[in-house]
Amino acid sequence: MSKVTRFAARDPGLAPRVSGFMDHLRAHGFRLGVNETGAALRALEHVRAADPAEARLALKAVCTGSADEIERFDALFDAYWMNEGRVRQKAAPSAGPKKHTRSTREDREGRSSGQGRAEQPEGGRGRGETEAEGTGKLVASELRNLMKKDLRELVSPEDVRQAEQVARRLGQALRDRRSRRRRAAAKGAQVDFRRTIRHSLSTGGEPMRLSRRARPDRPMRIVALCDVSGSMTLYARPFLAFLSGLMRADSASDAYLFHTRMVRITEALRDDDPLRALNRITLLADGFGGGSKIGANLDQFARTYARNFVDGRSVVVILSDGYDSDAPELIDAALRRLKRRGCRVIWLNPLKGWAGYQPVARGMAAALPHLDLFAAANTLEDLAALETELERL
Amino acid sequence: MRDWQTLQGDLSDHGYVASDDLAMALHIAMALGRPLLLEGAAGVGKTEVARTLAAVEDTQLIRLQCYEGLDAAQAIYEWNYQRQLLAIRAASEDGQTGAAVEKRIFSEEFLLERPLLKAIRQPKAPVLLIDEIDRADEEFEAYLLEILSDFQVTVPELGTITAVTRPIVILTSNGTRDLSDALRRRCIYAHVDYPDRATELAILAKRHPGIEARLAGQIVGFVQSIRKEELEKTPGVAEMLDFAAALSGLGINDLSDDPQVLQATLATLLKTQADRAAVPPEVAARLAGRAA
Repeated sequence: MSKVTRFAARDPGLAPRVSGFMDHLRAHGFRLGVNETGAALRALEHVRAADPAEARLALKAVCTGSADEIERFDALFDAYWMNEGRVRQKAAPSAGPKKHTRSTREDREGRSSGQGRAEQPEGGRGRGETEAEGTGKLVASELRNLMKKDLRELVSPEDVRQAEQVARRLGQALRDRRSRRRRAAAKGAQVDFRRTIRHSLSTGGEPMRLSRRARPDRPMRIVALCDVSGSMTLYARPFLAFLSGLMRADSASDAYLFHTRMVRITEALRDDDPLRALNRITLLADGFGGGSKIGANLDQFARTYARNFVDGRSVVVILSDGYDSDAPELIDAALRRLKRRGCRVIWLNPLKGWAGYQPVARGMAAALPHLDLFAAANTLEDLAALETELERL
Repeated sequence: MRDWQTLQGDLSDHGYVASDDLAMALHIAMALGRPLLLEGAAGVGKTEVARTLAAVEDTQLIRLQCYEGLDAAQAIYEWNYQRQLLAIRAASEDGQTGAAVEKRIFSEEFLLERPLLKAIRQPKAPVLLIDEIDRADEEFEAYLLEILSDFQVTVPELGTITAVTRPIVILTSNGTRDLSDALRRRCIYAHVDYPDRATELAILAKRHPGIEARLAGQIVGFVQSIRKEELEKTPGVAEMLDFAAALSGLGINDLSDDPQVLQATLATLLKTQADRAAVPPEVAARLAGRAA
């Protein structure tokens, strides 16, 4: 430890440096808490912390939590401790006085949005901005808001009420039947020995009453992603009604709109007044009826919201025609990533209802292998008819 | 406490060649008393780490294989119902009172230990291997978090059982589903990859010391290049060892000697029909030629 303490005269010491490093990692999307800082410090006590190679391995073990993070760790470690990897000195922490390191870090953070945007949440946002300013404008000027429609014209309160019922029925159809755990139930298939024996004590060891256990059905969370790009405008009406109905019927569900960008409309749709709710999403869905970037949006979704809102008990419903201006590989990768969360993916394509429809749109073709259900849906009635299919999932 | 290089050496003495990353993660996990989460493809030796560590520490390995629907009765404890029933019967014939019987049948004597409870009640800290945690459902993961932070189990009829010793906990995951952040945060993490050529040679030399260097080099070269092919199921280290065992069992000295035997022994490496079809004799011969 002597090498670490040597620079303490000019520097606040090891602990602040390590916590600075934690900040640095956090700034790059690592999820680390105070607890990890403590663990990192304690870990360094157990290795020769002055040896950069050992310190690197030790901090890597503590700070990373996934293969993805391990890949990025080395570069981040170099940036913070090794002066961007330019100066490789024997004792990593003494690579430079405090001021120097700090400037390196700022430097690094400044550049990070440019360098690592493909992977990081902030990067994602950065990309979104460029789209809004660059590509987004381009698309908008090409399509010139062909159908600058107000969502209020599209959806009436009656629609919402009807949709609410449909959504409620679908929600019920989507019970997760996979639960293999058992819970006490009056009519169960299995005898609950624990209870039976406990009760039998009162009858002198004679099990008079058999307690039973059954597998409970578990509700699924529905996460709906609705495409509102130009090509989908015709079908937006039933879908939006469905979404707002869904949000009202099921408090665990979640909804998003996307065209060139993605917005979460869950909160807006839960507004007490159905009309005001639509009003709010009209404001949110700026750019409605423009181009669509399905792949990029799904990818963004899988990397951000899905981490919090999608798990093994979610059904992700994508309402889109699959006409994408992005490369089909992006859809493929995004869905693969999404599926890794253990969810089921349903794609409802309004075009599938057409006679002789083939999913030839490249995006759609790329998505097909990942889908648990690919069905047609043009109207609320179609959605309601899905009930039986969903039950089978 | 020994340092991580000693640990790496010890593991190697017991036949496990660990990368620097892995040895350090294991060292830190043991030093800090935190569970270690190992992730990586199937067949890269995640489970073997725990087995070897138990041998190095000269302690017991307690293994909990996870599966969907795993619940407390199989993971923690269960009452021995049959014995309880018999005891109640016997007690009623002796005319004992209900309270005394109840106290007796809900005692240690009638408790069946399952891996998690067993692990915290060992006099010497065991290695607790929680295998394929990604297969268990989320409830179990949440429950596991509780045990891994407190190392105590509450049995309503008996009270709280606190750990006598803290087991060394190793969790493995194939990444079939993402684990919760809470679990990841609680653990020290290491990713186990397919070994590089040198490491794999070292593993082969450890496990099958009888294979001569030239053939070993061919085997490893062959397996390393077959991993680069487009396969459904990439062969892991275990498959490589089987392959080597099969070849040495058949008395082969050179991979490119007998294409027919080579093709037959591929059964140890390629485990699906599609993969067998993807490596026809010509491809196998080409790979073997390159490896030689």
